[in-house]
Amino acid sequence: MSLAGHLPILQVVVPLLIAPLVVFLRPRGLAWAAAATASLLAFLIAVTLTGQILRSGPVTYMLGSWPVPYGIELHVSPFSALILLIVTGASTVALFAGRRSINMEVNNDRQPLFYSAWLLALSGMAGITVAGDAFNIFVFMEIASLSGYMLIAAGPDRRALPAVFKYLLMGTIGATFYLIGVGLIYMMTGTLNLADMEARIHGVGELKPILVAAGFITVGLALKAAVFPLHVWLPNSYTYAPHMVTVFLAACSTKVSIFVLLRFDFLVFQQNLVAHDIQFATVFIPLAILAILIPSVSAMFESNLKRLLAYSSVAQIGYIMLGAALVSVTGLTAGIVTMFNHALAKGALFLAVACLGTHFLQLRIENIRGAARHMPWTMAAFVLAGLSLIGVPGTAGFISKWYLILAALQEGSLGIVLVAVVLISSLMAVVYIWRVVEAAYFGIEKEGLQPAGEAPLALLAVTWITVLANLYFGFFPSLPLTLSTEAATALLEHLR
Amino acid sequence: MVNLFAMFLLTLLIITAVAIVRTKDLFVAVMLTGIFSLLMSANFFILDAADVALTEAAIGAGITTVLLLGALALTAERERPVSAPRWLPLVVVAITAVVMIYATFDKPRLGDPLAPVHQHVAPWYLEMTPVLIGIPNVVTAILGSFRGYDTLGELIVIFTACIGVLFLLGVPRGEGHQPPGNGAAPPDVALSHHLIPRVVGRLIFPFIVLFGLYVQFHGEFGPGGGFQGGAIIAAGIVLYTLLEGENSSFSAVPRWTLVAMAAGGAILYGAVGIAGMVMGGNFLNYSVLSNDPVLGQQMGILIIEAGVGITVCGALLTIFHVINAREHC
Amino acid sequence: MELFGLYHYWTFAVLLMIGFYAVIAKSNLVKKLIGLYIFQSAVFLLYITMDKVDGGTAPIIQDGVTGQVFSNPIPQVLILTAIVVGISTTALGLAIVIRIKEAYGTIEEHEVREMDHRVA
Repeated sequence: MSLAGHLPILQVVVPLLIAPLVVFLRPRGLAWAAAATASLLAFLIAVTLTGQILRSGPVTYMLGSWPVPYGIELHVSPFSALILLIVTGASTVALFAGRRSINMEVNNDRQPLFYSAWLLALSGMAGITVAGDAFNIFVFMEIASLSGYMLIAAGPDRRALPAVFKYLLMGTIGATFYLIGVGLIYMMTGTLNLADMEARIHGVGELKPILVAAGFITVGLALKAAVFPLHVWLPNSYTYAPHMVTVFLAACSTKVSIFVLLRFDFLVFQQNLVAHDIQFATVFIPLAILAILIPSVSAMFESNLKRLLAYSSVAQIGYIMLGAALVSVTGLTAGIVTMFNHALAKGALFLAVACLGTHFLQLRIENIRGAARHMPWTMAAFVLAGLSLIGVPGTAGFISKWYLILAALQEGSLGIVLVAVVLISSLMAVVYIWRVVEAAYFGIEKEGLQPAGEAPLALLAVTWITVLANLYFGFFPSLPLTLSTEAATALLEHLR
Repeated sequence: MVNLFAMFLLTLLIITAVAIVRTKDLFVAVMLTGIFSLLMSANFFILDAADVALTEAAIGAGITTVLLLGALALTAERERPVSAPRWLPLVVVAITAVVMIYATFDKPRLGDPLAPVHQHVAPWYLEMTPVLIGIPNVVTAILGSFRGYDTLGELIVIFTACIGVLFLLGVPRGEGHQPPGNGAAPPDVALSHHLIPRVVGRLIFPFIVLFGLYVQFHGEFGPGGGFQGGAIIAAGIVLYTLLEGENSSFSAVPRWTLVAMAAGGAILYGAVGIAGMVMGGNFLNYSVLSNDPVLGQQMGILIIEAGVGITVCGALLTIFHVINAREHC
Repeated sequence: MELFGLYHYWTFAVLLMIGFYAVIAKSNLVKKLIGLYIFQSAVFLLYITMDKVDGGTAPIIQDGVTGQVFSNPIPQVLILTAIVVGISTTALGLAIVIRIKEAYGTIEEHEVREMDHRVA
């Protein structure tokens, strides 16, 4: 088989096997270089895979050449391709931008371990995305989670430690719930392969264990995806993690869990449990509404920049779940394309905050007053990325909000409520972004807190590239939209 | 008769678990956790899961207890009581328990050979393992070959824990670890004053390592394999370290070797997978490693199990050493 | 023996809840980790319970012995992996707890939270 045929496994194996090697790279900067190269390779593989899928449809791969369902299978669909682009893209961007920032927060001796963990997180998330076997997802979920805990714990502030401990407890409970759910399904169907499960679960359907399994898997994955009200681990973890880690994880870690949730739900549960789509909607639409509104309110009153953006992320996850819970092509497309656009917007915002972080130790609104005078490019990037988050036309964020509103309008009277929710939360986003912008541009500097100048060039350049990507995909959204629509259609096909 | 014994063991499990949660003395809690693990292991054995019983005993009862004790020495010995009783957790827990018991009533009868879980894939493995792979232990065949990708992932998980602990608690030095301080007597030879443990320990140590190697290589024929073998050898070296002190242990197996082992096993595993790709199959296809596919499978499994054993041993020992060497604050 | 099987499942449910309770209700961080360990072990019990076949034995095929009924090997493979994942999580958790003790001087969650509130 040519190299192209092995791409699905290479997507995972390239960062996975380079990671143990990185541990031994003692000289300064070599570990970073190795990690950045591996990440870039992974991104290129993701791009090639996406091209393959757009041309000829989903790709599968049999590990060990064992036939399904006796061996483990990889399955890469348009939805997977979108997520892979987000994951590898976020990783590469954060690595290329972040060398100075990481040097400031992680001391030299520990850097090889740090970068090794970064690559493991990358391969873990890639592994989840390309997996076609339920237990395989669990294993890679734990790889991604454990390395994620380590990356967050690398934060210089001691408050990172209780934050990551809470995340560890909740994340492990989530993974264990997932494992219980898979076990119950396995007990009733005898297989672990997702496609096979879908076929065999027909004969089982009504029995109580399947229902309980659905519950466990949903709650477990919701814990990992920070769906309200199980999101409590997220704000502190993102706040106290090193800045580049926040950029990386905020862009993709929760989205991968939502990916698994949607896949499981639509492939395995939707058509087999009576009226499950209504159950799904009934549970998730109210939760999504709360998820959108309550964290946005918290963000409006928050003064720590990173925590403000973290709450905003929880709200965005609410948007994604809202779109998905509408169980329509437009709704799912809206939810999925929000994943992509949020990654772009939030990634750019956290990158801008990281730029600020190179000069300000305390990232609070009162501390960055007047920052725009000394860091004009940084703040301009923040403003543009903020516009994308709010959903101003011409930015990527607008596309997602537009589709969400379109999908909501298809729902009749409920739709009016949903549109109102979306509009109110967008207004709240204006408020919390404006608070930061106002302080930076119009605030009077505190005495003795004057920064030395603009952010390092690499960081600033990559921040701007991400911002421009936001604008690009705002005007030319065909790639993410095509992938999202194909993904949504594929998911709904299982709902025959 | 066996059934009654199993139910008795299960009841003991519950009692132990309740005791663990209720006791305020953390040392007691850790010891009870070790007992809990052993009871689990016995239960697994009764349920015909020999490999799992061995793993739970070696890793659960063995290594976990050591790590917990090491952490206790660095943190606290007693739990501070909480002032108000927690009602909300009890309610949440009770509701979830009711939901789950509700689910148990439709489960297939335990042991029923016609249950869905025993159809479809399982009989195929039992039938085809002698044909395709030619080793008696079906669990090792599935672990090593049919679902070998999962095992690679699992290996990476323990490697991740190893570098995570290293990152949080210790920095890997270069060649040769310098003992802290010159004048003060290192606290790690405290056990050298106890004659009986030292003499007996020195006597058993080679047998432990030998047994570990036996378990490692006999994994294809009986219960055993890389995880159990690696854990047992690690346990042996932990015993040696506790008795003889860190310095002797490090002069025997230096610290950097352990990290190299932890990484090396995983790389070895990956290399076998890539070799499979290079020789025309998919990743982790062992059949193409030799002219005779069955021989190829056996070679592949042997090598990857070795990789597993090396990494598990290295990772567990690194974690132990890092915790052990951390100065009490 | 219907009761035999059900007893296994009920033990699983009870152990799961004991572990879960320890994680959410206890304040001591090490206790929480041990609770997590019990929680995970309960799941192992669930999986292994379903592997048993009447009159079966461990799935090790011996030469020349035919007609032997074997118990299901797959849950065993899955749980072997899960045990290793469990200890990895415990080890990492312990490392974090040790660091918390060094940074805060305590491993009781409510005390750590209080200390953070006083600062922030």
